[in-house]
Amino acid sequence: MSGRGRDLPLDLLPALPRDAEGPVFAAPWEAQAFAMAVELNARGAFTWKEWSEALGREIAAGTARDGGDDGSRYYEHWLAALERLVTEKRLTSGPELATRKAAWKAAAEATPHGEPIQLDAAARAAQHPPDC
Amino acid sequence: MADDHHHHHHHDAPRLADPELRVRALESLLTEKGLVDPAALDAIIDVYETRIGPHNGARVVARAWADPEFRRRLLRNATAAIAELGFEGSQGEHMTVLENTPEVHNMVVCTLCSCYPWPTLGLPPVWYKAPSYRSRAVADPRGVLAEFGVRLPDDVEVRVWDSSAEMRYLVLPARPPGTDGMDEAALAGLVTRDAMIGVDIVRAPGTERDG
Repeated sequence: MSGRGRDLPLDLLPALPRDAEGPVFAAPWEAQAFAMAVELNARGAFTWKEWSEALGREIAAGTARDGGDDGSRYYEHWLAALERLVTEKRLTSGPELATRKAAWKAAAEATPHGEPIQLDAAARAAQHPPDC
Repeated sequence: MADDHHHHHHHDAPRLADPELRVRALESLLTEKGLVDPAALDAIIDVYETRIGPHNGARVVARAWADPEFRRRLLRNATAAIAELGFEGSQGEHMTVLENTPEVHNMVVCTLCSCYPWPTLGLPPVWYKAPSYRSRAVADPRGVLAEFGVRLPDDVEVRVWDSSAEMRYLVLPARPPGTDGMDEAALAGLVTRDAMIGVDIVRAPGTERDG
């Protein structure tokens, strides 16, 4: 998984509104990842302390692995922490996430350029791992 | 001769990058399980993109400059005083306001990750999340301040405060001289986000940054 996100096609993504003092998110997925953590915390799936510690662990691991960075990979750490915490809390599982990710990848590749990428229910059901 | 008619798969940008696939996987699964609501996620993004930002913190600072009673309440119980202005919510609990004085300059960092007072300052800027700021703010605060264009007299003590999940800080900058006639709205217009993190000072209109 090393190098993930380095070739993120930011130019293909609609830019979110930015405030006068700089970008708050570099890409929509960052805002979505951000909002999911906020929402799960608000619904009691985990405490903010648990979240803060999970994020801190990912950032420390990323820094140990790659050396320091300029903060541009921050939301990669955020996303990794989110995946780890929701599986630890058994809200979903690693295999379930991997299967669903593959389904989205297939859907993206099957979608004609310029159309919204949709995951239909049949594809989703077929992609479910047998024992989840 | 070998057949040259290979169809090379272009190595241009994938349709969805890896993090985007993972976010979609998470969001679709959690939505199906009833654990998140896409409309709520959009609402959260909208709030932090547009309604919450450093202009909220600037109003707190301007009120404290204009109203000595509010300033006293703010320094005693920041969370409650800030809530008087309607700014509360996620990551705005457990606020402490740090007052800059002629003797003390406060600056804020989160060495662990990026704890930050969202209701008053919005989302943290990229540099606040960067490892270089997180480590150097503690080791060399005056060097970091100089890079932000802030040079303090040697007799001013620099205090660095490390945020955590339990404690968030907002710096109350010194009111610049020559602003006695200004109302709260005009004062709030002078207050920068960076000044409320403690890496800037508030300047009166028409005065230049030094450095």
